[in-house]
Amino acid sequence: MRPILRDAAFTISRRLSKYSSLALIAVWLLGLQDVSLAQRAPTVAAAANLNFALTEIAKQFERDRGMRVDVVFGSSGTLTRQIRDGAPFGMFLAADEEFPNQLTSAGLTRDAGVVYAIGRLVIFAPTGSPLMVDERLDGLSRLLRAGGVTRFAIANPDVAPYGRAAEAVLRKHGLWDAIRSRLVVGDTIAQAAQFSTTGNAVGGLIAYSLVKEPGVADRGRYALIPETDHAPLRQRMVLLKRATPVVEQFYAYMQGAAARTALIRNGYQVPQ
Amino acid sequence: MDWAALRVSLWLGAGTIAILLPLGVWFGRLLAVREFKGKLLVEALVTVPIVLPPTVLGFYLLVTFGARSPLGQAFEALVGHSLPFSFQGLLFASVIANVPFVVQPIQRGFEAIPSDVRDAAASCGLTPWQRFARIELPLAWPGVLTAAVLTFAHTLGEFGVVLMVGGNLPGQTRTLSVAIYDRMQAFDDRSAGVMAATLLTISVVTLMATTALSRRVNPHRA
Repeated sequence: MRPILRDAAFTISRRLSKYSSLALIAVWLLGLQDVSLAQRAPTVAAAANLNFALTEIAKQFERDRGMRVDVVFGSSGTLTRQIRDGAPFGMFLAADEEFPNQLTSAGLTRDAGVVYAIGRLVIFAPTGSPLMVDERLDGLSRLLRAGGVTRFAIANPDVAPYGRAAEAVLRKHGLWDAIRSRLVVGDTIAQAAQFSTTGNAVGGLIAYSLVKEPGVADRGRYALIPETDHAPLRQRMVLLKRATPVVEQFYAYMQGAAARTALIRNGYQVPQ
Repeated sequence: MDWAALRVSLWLGAGTIAILLPLGVWFGRLLAVREFKGKLLVEALVTVPIVLPPTVLGFYLLVTFGARSPLGQAFEALVGHSLPFSFQGLLFASVIANVPFVVQPIQRGFEAIPSDVRDAAASCGLTPWQRFARIELPLAWPGVLTAAVLTFAHTLGEFGVVLMVGGNLPGQTRTLSVAIYDRMQAFDDRSAGVMAATLLTISVVTLMATTALSRRVNPHRA
């Protein structure tokens, strides 16, 4: 068998030698096809504030149900844009209700989805920062007047609901105009958290769920912002048109006891 | 270490070379030996991706092939998935972004061949194909090699257009450079560090290999 195959391969390769470059390309393209069509776990898109919580829940889902989903994190606005442009996600967990509602209006979702969590905002100051954190932002206000705010991190209000909430809080306390030129704006709330926890900014307004993680909480101090200072961060999730059965299972799992407990542990409130 | 991301990066680099190199040899030689009207414009267009921000390429790709465009819908109906947010979409973007990195070194390679060498080959009775394969291509080989290496290295380093058009899908469009960004955002500095070191090593080794190879191919330049 083997020698016959080898002879055949030899004859074919000799015949092909003239067209060897074409053959090479064909082989490459077959290989490439293989890469993209390889069996993959379905992909779920999630707002960046879920970084720790959803990674934990997805792992638990895999343990409990023996099924896997891959999670891609980004800002709710960017992910919405990508879904509208055809990104192959099966489910979208947003940081607000507006972005998923846009997708529902565009006819890209199964239905209007459900609110799965309500998020909170904190003011965070890394260890060694001159910023004093308090829920009324008095410390930030004082430091700003003293000229001590070199850089202050928030997420981009245009694409990240937590950034929009941060802007509302700063406006409510009359700090927005003064602090605007000092803002470092993260693409996602995770990037804003990265800026504030690594000492690249004197502090920032970031998601509570991101500073609950021990590795992050150790890096500084924080104070919870009262929920009444901004529109509530009601986070809605939707099944998208291309949801697979595994994604449907995950959607249901997100509403179950295990996921709710994990969300609460990560600093979210969950709807009744 | 995200092995899937490394695999995507390497496939993307190899795929870009596989598609672009034959085209580059044909087109680079054409630009080197032919004079024609509008050549200046053609050469400028070939060079454009060098000066163009990757976001411009990303913008046009999404607008042209996004799910909301007629062309994008036609592609999806035909292939079953959209061109953006797929490996093929990345490959397409990468091919366009790398045109100058392939064409220019190859063009210089063919330009460096004196025209009397070409004439001598012709007067020896070699067919045009033989002249190309036995005389010109070996002489222009350092240019071809440089093109391949530049393309590979540039593809590994591509970030903006990959994030914009690819969307960070694990195993499909998450390249090593995007995975580093992704891990940084997830506070996973250790993985990001490992991957950054990997990319740095691959880049240095690739460039060292080229230098060594080009010395072997072309010893008098060493």
